[in-house]
Amino acid sequence: MDILKWTATELAAKIKNKEVTVMEAAQAVLDSIEKKERHYNCYITVDNEGIMKRAEDIQRRIDSGELTGRLAGVPVAIKDNMCTQGMLTTCASRMLGNFIPVFSSEAVLNLEKEGALIIGKTNMDEFAMGSTTETSAYGETKNPWDESRVPGGSSGGSAAAVAAQECFFALGSDTGGSIRQPASYCGVVGMKPTYGTVSRYGLIAYGSSLDQIGPISKDVTDCAAILEVLASHDKKDSTSIFRNDTDFTSALIEDVQGMRIGIPKDYLGEGLDAEVKEAVLRAAQVLKEKGAVVEEFDLSLVEYAIPAYYTIAAAEASSNLERFDGIKYGYRTRDYEGLHNMYKKSRSEGFGAEVKRRIMLGSFVLSSGYYDAYYLKALKVKALIKKAFDEAFSRYDLILGPVAPTTAPRLGESLADPIKMYLGDIYTISVNLAGLPAMSVPCGKDSQGLPIGLQLIGNCFQEKKIIQAAYTYEKARGVFGTPTAEKEKV
Amino acid sequence: MAKQYETVIGLEVHVELSTKTKIFCGCSTAFGGAPNTHTCPVCTGMPGSLPVLNKQVLEYAMAVGLATDCAITRYCKFDRKNYFYPDNPQNYQISQLYLPICKNGKVEIETAEGKKTVGIHEIHMEEDAGKLIHDEWEDCSLVDYNRSGVPLIEIVSEPDMRSAEEVIAYLEKLRMILQYLGVSDCKLQEGSMRADVNLSVREAGTEKFGTRTEMKNLNSFRSIKRAIEGERERQIELLEAGREVLQETRRWDDNKEESYAMRSKEDAQDYRYFPDPDLVPIVVSDEWIDEIRSRQPELRSEKMERYKREYDIPDYDIDIITGSKHMADIFEATVAISGQPKKAANWLMVETLRLLKENDMEPEDIRFSPENLAKLIKLTDEKVINSSVAKEVFEVMFDRNINPQVYIEEKGLKTVNDQNALRKTVEEVIEANPRSVEDYLNGKEKAIGFLVGQTMKAMQGKADPGMVNEILKLMLRNK
Repeated sequence: MDILKWTATELAAKIKNKEVTVMEAAQAVLDSIEKKERHYNCYITVDNEGIMKRAEDIQRRIDSGELTGRLAGVPVAIKDNMCTQGMLTTCASRMLGNFIPVFSSEAVLNLEKEGALIIGKTNMDEFAMGSTTETSAYGETKNPWDESRVPGGSSGGSAAAVAAQECFFALGSDTGGSIRQPASYCGVVGMKPTYGTVSRYGLIAYGSSLDQIGPISKDVTDCAAILEVLASHDKKDSTSIFRNDTDFTSALIEDVQGMRIGIPKDYLGEGLDAEVKEAVLRAAQVLKEKGAVVEEFDLSLVEYAIPAYYTIAAAEASSNLERFDGIKYGYRTRDYEGLHNMYKKSRSEGFGAEVKRRIMLGSFVLSSGYYDAYYLKALKVKALIKKAFDEAFSRYDLILGPVAPTTAPRLGESLADPIKMYLGDIYTISVNLAGLPAMSVPCGKDSQGLPIGLQLIGNCFQEKKIIQAAYTYEKARGVFGTPTAEKEKV
Repeated sequence: MAKQYETVIGLEVHVELSTKTKIFCGCSTAFGGAPNTHTCPVCTGMPGSLPVLNKQVLEYAMAVGLATDCAITRYCKFDRKNYFYPDNPQNYQISQLYLPICKNGKVEIETAEGKKTVGIHEIHMEEDAGKLIHDEWEDCSLVDYNRSGVPLIEIVSEPDMRSAEEVIAYLEKLRMILQYLGVSDCKLQEGSMRADVNLSVREAGTEKFGTRTEMKNLNSFRSIKRAIEGERERQIELLEAGREVLQETRRWDDNKEESYAMRSKEDAQDYRYFPDPDLVPIVVSDEWIDEIRSRQPELRSEKMERYKREYDIPDYDIDIITGSKHMADIFEATVAISGQPKKAANWLMVETLRLLKENDMEPEDIRFSPENLAKLIKLTDEKVINSSVAKEVFEVMFDRNINPQVYIEEKGLKTVNDQNALRKTVEEVIEANPRSVEDYLNGKEKAIGFLVGQTMKAMQGKADPGMVNEILKLMLRNK
């Protein structure tokens, strides 16, 4: 019985059928973590002491019939930018190295209500700023498919933990591609829902108008089931939306007959790796063969998305991160003279280089005299991008494209040239600017055996179309495999 | 001839709204309370917390806007004002810059010079900051976030005022409006109403405004008046000496009665305002505005008109009574029970004002209930107690809001109406004061006053002086 090979929904069903206990599942995960963490470093915190006790408690509540949820007893990893009451929450920053929240984020509470078992907190780029998980203050996470490569980011720890079978699923957050890109690099499924679908309460903000929590899972079925649990209308989050269409598992249907799918030509041009392009077009072909109507079109404005995104996200981040000042919680410098010196030293020592870069960029674009030229203009671009998508969705049910221009880069390659790293977000960030839902599904491997992700983008509130197409594709594609399975072959 | 100068003044008035809960969380706004007990993750800026607007704050702001003839902004937003200071847990204040809730209003003021309109530039909503406590003994600073997130509105006037008198009249007018709307208690001393004064001077007859300064830390009408006079003089002196007025923020020192420069325009902070992405834009419909308008309570000017119509009391009394919403409320409730507007007004105008003055209290501090005042009026009317006993009882009522009926029973203060008992006392008084009796009988009418007084004294005040007078006259006639 290899528990770790099961998907989250399979495990939950077997727990319900008493084929396996929550404690056995928890132990399997702990053993896996014990074996693999020194290679991959997916986690910042593992709740070694508390997990078994909580597993027993959940088992008891399942046995008594109190917990009947579809994720009851399933071990889950949480990205370390979501507050977990009583459990260290660092945002992978020295700044919050000692921060233990007094409340849990709404998304975590929704999982706990369903009976999911929180294992620990996953590594990420510091404050979710980065595309490689290398900006973490707690060391980089390595890609389980190839330890010399990054897992992507910023939810790199979550994606790698799912790929390495160190958990059954994980939560990530996506501000400009931070769920989809690492999912793509790690050969797992990742989804960013429509803005407002999952409460942001308790998510430590990076770019508030763009941030959205979503699942990272082994397959599309799990993804739909998890999203169904995460989605809720939360009065504590003013941007949370009431939806009565969150029965996402009802879209697990193998049928794309007549579905109109558009591929932006702009997403297939210069900068896209040939092998990635080939894999993505092959996936499009599969959907076509299943009855979808697939065609290429001009989306336009794609080249403006990156500057607009980095302006808006940095502006919001510069303000969101002001609260980290060494006064109320978190890191405070040891020696200082007076208030301003304390602020300056605490923040200089507490934040890493990438975070500081974005705070400075954001402060600049909001400063008097530059606000109109940068920030306001970026908001206008954002509105135009939304319009371009509206236009596209008047003709297509879904937009299909790559997630990232390449497969996972080598460790140390990206941070040397931040502009190049930012450009790698080109296919994912427009989705955040327009508030759209999108999913990354594994669609092949390059010649070095590294996973390639297929991105499916839907109109606002059209997660079900994405799930249906992704599910159909996944069935046609067959088993994708895991790095563990690959290594066992050798 | 020396140059004539005109003072140009605009005001920024911060008003603490009297909602039960804070602007972006459910914490209590109650004043006092042990430090950091009225707090939660939102108002202490914990990571991951998010603000949610208290609808009452918005409706109060709209009510003030409607009462000051403002246009209500139909699509309004909150902005973040970014600055680092420990009393501000997020290091940004949620305020409104680009789309404030109310714009372009006006109020009418009246001074000795006559009536005048003062324009309202805008009214916006924002959150208050916490309070820093500097512990010199321990050499450290502590912060109390109880006040953090208490709702404020800032009312920004046009530079329409020309003297301290106009400024005071404007502030009084605002205070009346806010108190009558019930949106704030407007106590300057407690900081629930704070005014910053923007002032410049220019040569009389010129169009162009002079360079202005902003004066902060003014916490009484008196200091506002002194600060305006002082700043006007300071600026004129500078100009007369051929020097320039610098655009700067100044702080008023109430003890020294002078101001000093806090920061100049050059070191003004860049607040990097931008729309708060955590709060959604507010869309205000016509229906909503109509609903707020229909709920507006009677404002002072309307109340004064109505008093003139309904009650036969002097204009002077109406002015004093309506000068405090609380006093007007007590007056109306007392009249409703007793049906005696004149007597109710008298108690407020004479005894109440006297006691307020003696105790250095504001009309807002009145504690006695209209029910008890109405009872006192009735007891006096029915001659259960005489007027001097009534005054005594009123003093106790003013102090402790006692029930006068119960009190006079307990203390045995009822007027003695037993003729025989009275007669006996009068006889004793006549016996004991032959000189006065003789004076009276010799035509000195006034001497009877002394005898009445002696009788009242002997009765410990519990007699009807009219009745005593009658009995005395009757008994002396028989002498």
